[in-house]
Amino acid sequence: MMKGLKKWRLFSLLAVITVFLSACSGEDYISTLKPAGEVGQDQFDLLIFSISIMTLVVVVVSFLYLYAFAKFRRSKLGEKHMPKQVEGSHTLEIIWAVIPIVLLLILSVPTILSTYKFADVKAMDEVDEEGNKTALTVNVTAKLYWWEFEYPEQGIVTAQELVVPTGERVYFNLKAADVKHSFWIPAVGGKMDNNVENVNKFWLEFGKESEGLKDGVFYGKCAELCGPSHALMDFKVKTVERAEFDAWVASMQATEGQTASVDSTDLGEATFAQSCLGCHAVSGVGSTGAMGPNLATFADRNRVAGILEHNKENLESWIANPEEYKPGNLMTGKYSELSPEEISAVADYIMSLSVEK
Amino acid sequence: MSSVAVSKKKGFGAVLWDYLTTVDHKKLGVMYLFAGVLFFAIAGFEALLMRIQLMVPNNDFISAGLFNELLTMHGTTMLFLAATPLLFGFMNAIVPLQIGARDVAFPFLNSLGFWLFFLGAIFMHLSFFMGGAPDAGWTSYASLSLYSPGHGIDFYVLGLQISGAGTLISGINFIVTIITMRAPGMTFMRMPLFTWTTLISSSLILFAFPPLTVGLFFMLVDRMFGANFFDHTMGGNTIIWEHLFWIFGHPEVYILVLPAFGLFSEIIPVFARKRLFGYSSMVFATILIGFLGFMVWAHHMFTVGMGPTANAIFAIATMAIAVPTGMKVFNWILTIWGGSIKVTVPMLYALGFIPSFVAGGVTGVMMATAPLDYQLHDSYFIVAHFHYVIVGGIVTAIFGSMHYYWPIMFNRTLSEKLGVLTFWVFFIGFHLTFFLQHFLGLMGMPRRVFTFQADQGWDLFNYISSIGAIMMAVGVVLLVINVLLSIKTPPVNRRDYWGDGRSLEWSIQLPVPFYNFKQTPLVRGFDPCWLEKQEGNKEMMTYAEPLGDIHMPNNSILPLIMSIGLFIAAFGALYHPDGVSWSVPVIVIGLGITVLAMITRSVKDDHGFHVHVEEVIATEERLYGKGGNK
Amino acid sequence: MEETKFTPQTWPNHAEQATAEGKNKFVGIWIFICSDIVLFASVFATYLSLRNKGPAGMEFTTQSLFELPLAFVMTMLLLTSSLTSVYAMYHMKNYNIKGVITWMAITVLLGLGFLGLEIYEFYHYVHIGFGYTQSAFSSAFFTLVGTHGLHVIIGLVWITCLIVRNAKRGLNLYNAPKFYAASIYWHFIDVVWVFIFTVVYLMGVLG
Repeated sequence: MMKGLKKWRLFSLLAVITVFLSACSGEDYISTLKPAGEVGQDQFDLLIFSISIMTLVVVVVSFLYLYAFAKFRRSKLGEKHMPKQVEGSHTLEIIWAVIPIVLLLILSVPTILSTYKFADVKAMDEVDEEGNKTALTVNVTAKLYWWEFEYPEQGIVTAQELVVPTGERVYFNLKAADVKHSFWIPAVGGKMDNNVENVNKFWLEFGKESEGLKDGVFYGKCAELCGPSHALMDFKVKTVERAEFDAWVASMQATEGQTASVDSTDLGEATFAQSCLGCHAVSGVGSTGAMGPNLATFADRNRVAGILEHNKENLESWIANPEEYKPGNLMTGKYSELSPEEISAVADYIMSLSVEK
Repeated sequence: MSSVAVSKKKGFGAVLWDYLTTVDHKKLGVMYLFAGVLFFAIAGFEALLMRIQLMVPNNDFISAGLFNELLTMHGTTMLFLAATPLLFGFMNAIVPLQIGARDVAFPFLNSLGFWLFFLGAIFMHLSFFMGGAPDAGWTSYASLSLYSPGHGIDFYVLGLQISGAGTLISGINFIVTIITMRAPGMTFMRMPLFTWTTLISSSLILFAFPPLTVGLFFMLVDRMFGANFFDHTMGGNTIIWEHLFWIFGHPEVYILVLPAFGLFSEIIPVFARKRLFGYSSMVFATILIGFLGFMVWAHHMFTVGMGPTANAIFAIATMAIAVPTGMKVFNWILTIWGGSIKVTVPMLYALGFIPSFVAGGVTGVMMATAPLDYQLHDSYFIVAHFHYVIVGGIVTAIFGSMHYYWPIMFNRTLSEKLGVLTFWVFFIGFHLTFFLQHFLGLMGMPRRVFTFQADQGWDLFNYISSIGAIMMAVGVVLLVINVLLSIKTPPVNRRDYWGDGRSLEWSIQLPVPFYNFKQTPLVRGFDPCWLEKQEGNKEMMTYAEPLGDIHMPNNSILPLIMSIGLFIAAFGALYHPDGVSWSVPVIVIGLGITVLAMITRSVKDDHGFHVHVEEVIATEERLYGKGGNK
Repeated sequence: MEETKFTPQTWPNHAEQATAEGKNKFVGIWIFICSDIVLFASVFATYLSLRNKGPAGMEFTTQSLFELPLAFVMTMLLLTSSLTSVYAMYHMKNYNIKGVITWMAITVLLGLGFLGLEIYEFYHYVHIGFGYTQSAFSSAFFTLVGTHGLHVIIGLVWITCLIVRNAKRGLNLYNAPKFYAASIYWHFIDVVWVFIFTVVYLMGVLG
């Protein structure tokens, strides 16, 4: 659909805009102006297309306006000047009604096509000969203030860091567990809301591996005001080749049954089992519905609590007082106070949870 | 009751009583104006605090919870308690003068509308001192607003319910006034554009506020009386709130922007010394915008999951609004084309308005493009867009009209020099603040964030944006200084202050007497003041009747009492969920006061009073010296 | 204001619009009703989307709850009261204050009868466990029908005030618009009830 637009780009006007946009187009792991995927690219093309039309409008209006303003000043015409009292002009009025209508009709074609394209989730239900789903589906549950990603076909679940294969359409079921949130990966494609009463479905295509990015991940955001820590409800997206993704899934599945024991000789594990395991699973196998983020891949992630730099000190501070970093979170006060040694040991334990290393 | 003498010295108590009981549209206009300025200043200050917080990444100037309260109160206050009353101020003060009426159709309701608005606004602001302000955004989406602890949302719901009732009453009043109270000869197609836009925007109020009332009522009973409209575990549905809110919320934008268009349509012809170009198409465009305004609410909900068909329909419907809006812009430009432009402060605002509003309009079309909106929605792009529309369209209209109508409202003038300075500081600050926010949104910054992490590419633009906000604040302070200085300026005491006045209000000798017109004017054509001047009529007015007794409405304290009753009842409802024993009695007492006042109003005859010819002549002489208004 | 004494001959044809104030009231009440229509439309829409919605295992539905005979009687009462208020307006045209007062009083009585049945109905529902907070459906039902009931109460108080105030002093151009506005409002309430009867009760029981 966007092929037809290619020739539009020949216009020099567009070139100017593109140069201007690239001058302040943000970081490639978060900016919608550096699209990395089919949806984002289509939306970017639509942005450029609509901006060009709109720039045309602004230029015409500004020209007329500035010309009139410069030419018909009373200081030039003299105090006594009496302009001709014109009632109006039907011809002109028809012209400036018809031209916008034509422009809008042009804009509405890609609008309608893309609207249906982005909403097309029929492939979610398609199965191969063996009855397996052909497309990857991820169930996203937004909770105050973190994200849970369940891969129902694979039987695994993770949190805060979405891992997806590149080059294929990935389908999402979106739901909120408490209040409304909105799932947004700016660089990859436009958002959709996580409602409390229904499941929203949409798809994204991840066009490039996140390996080379600054943190090795794309940034994801919550785009719907959801409480005090709305601004801190970030998640990360790691995009990898299909083979690597399959390997990741396998190693996730291999954590089946992994748990922490109260009787462990390791202080960290024992404390974790005592204070944390009720909410945080350490096995990547499971389904959605946990009280707290799954920690099976914690060491592979690059942020503590979605926002803090990924190191042990930050993890310790977080465990000691989550409220300070994410006001209104549901972890605060859910566990008895831990001594500094226990916190340090728990942090060590959590930092050891990995499926990639 | 005898006539109110204008120049008679009165004690403070008498003046206060006069304002508490007044039904005079001019005084209510002034009261709306000052109440509006007060809440505008409060909401502006809230914005300033937010911008300071966002000046640098990871700032801790303001806490997360307080930031959400500020953003909620900023939006709610600006729309309901600042822009609406400021525009109502001009509507009240000017529309009856433009159509040649001595007052509005229901002066009593006019006063009731003001007091309901004002006490509702006060009620909402008490939340800051009584346990925290509402914190779920001005849209107050149901899942979050039901989840929100404390009484903040309750203040929002009850305060808006009361002030919304006031707005609805005022809207009905303006509609009836414009339909029935026009002077002889003032046909619909001779009405000034500001009167037209007031009529259309009041009609929008008429149809848009009831859904809000209903939505707020659902929220009220859900939060305070255990109902389940939005509780999905009990079968409720939060999307209902979103629909009801936006069925109100989108027309609300036009409720505000149409009168702003009207004001500019008054200002531009006067200072271009040229008839408004394409009057009938302007009227048509106004009606069309009002009509389409009700067809597009769901474009605020493209990401909610309504399905592609609904999204596509609402996208196209939304784009359609650009056509009548574009017609208006071209008509304004063609009005100054071939005119004789005098750059006064009101004209400066009008000239600044056109490009700013066009910029806000075209980004609106971009957001109407549903698939693109998936990226733009709830990002800083939308923040930039609606501030371009609201500040670029509505606030410039209000500031410009303050300069423009100050002589009529106060018989004093605002300083042009200081006005020019104010304009430039404010205007540059405005673009500095919001232009870059488009790019922040495109770079992935969500809206309503109390802070942001460094190194996401947003630091510089946020910093610049905050500088702009400070400039805007300076601009507003300058405007307030200008207002204060105007007290010292000499009275205008003449007709047609700007020299090129066109519509009827400029025919009136200032100061405007309390009965507006000693004789009802006869309107002989479009732009009656201009018409009479062209024909060399020094009085600038032809009369439809001989000098005679004038019938005027009585003042009344009942509107204030009714509003206070609801104000009291609201406290009862607010504390009801806390299980306090006095909540139901307080509700009953409050509502009882209101109902009793209403019954009193119903059974006590109120025929108004007559100003006799001699009194009219005496008043004219007192105002304008010997010979009266000649 | 000095009151002009009228006779049936001098009494104007449209007394409710004979003065500027009367005309304002006449236009005003219609405009108000426009906005009230939108109010009811919003509540109706909500009711339709929450009808029979509730927590899992909710026992009450429209079919198990509503009984048409009662609703039918209520409808008849209210429809008749609309008719009687037309009679009152007819007598106002003929400058017959007695007729106005009598028929308005009958209107009030019929309205009270309706209100009594509605209160009984609500009481009955709450008694069998279908309370306001029981489900989204119950909240929507009580809100829709209750909003109408509230309008009825306001109408009754309003008309009663008019009767009490004006029974002794007769008709004039000051109170004629008041009677007229009240009767328009009463018709409106009646029309809304017809919709409630159809949407809530008929559609509830049948489909």
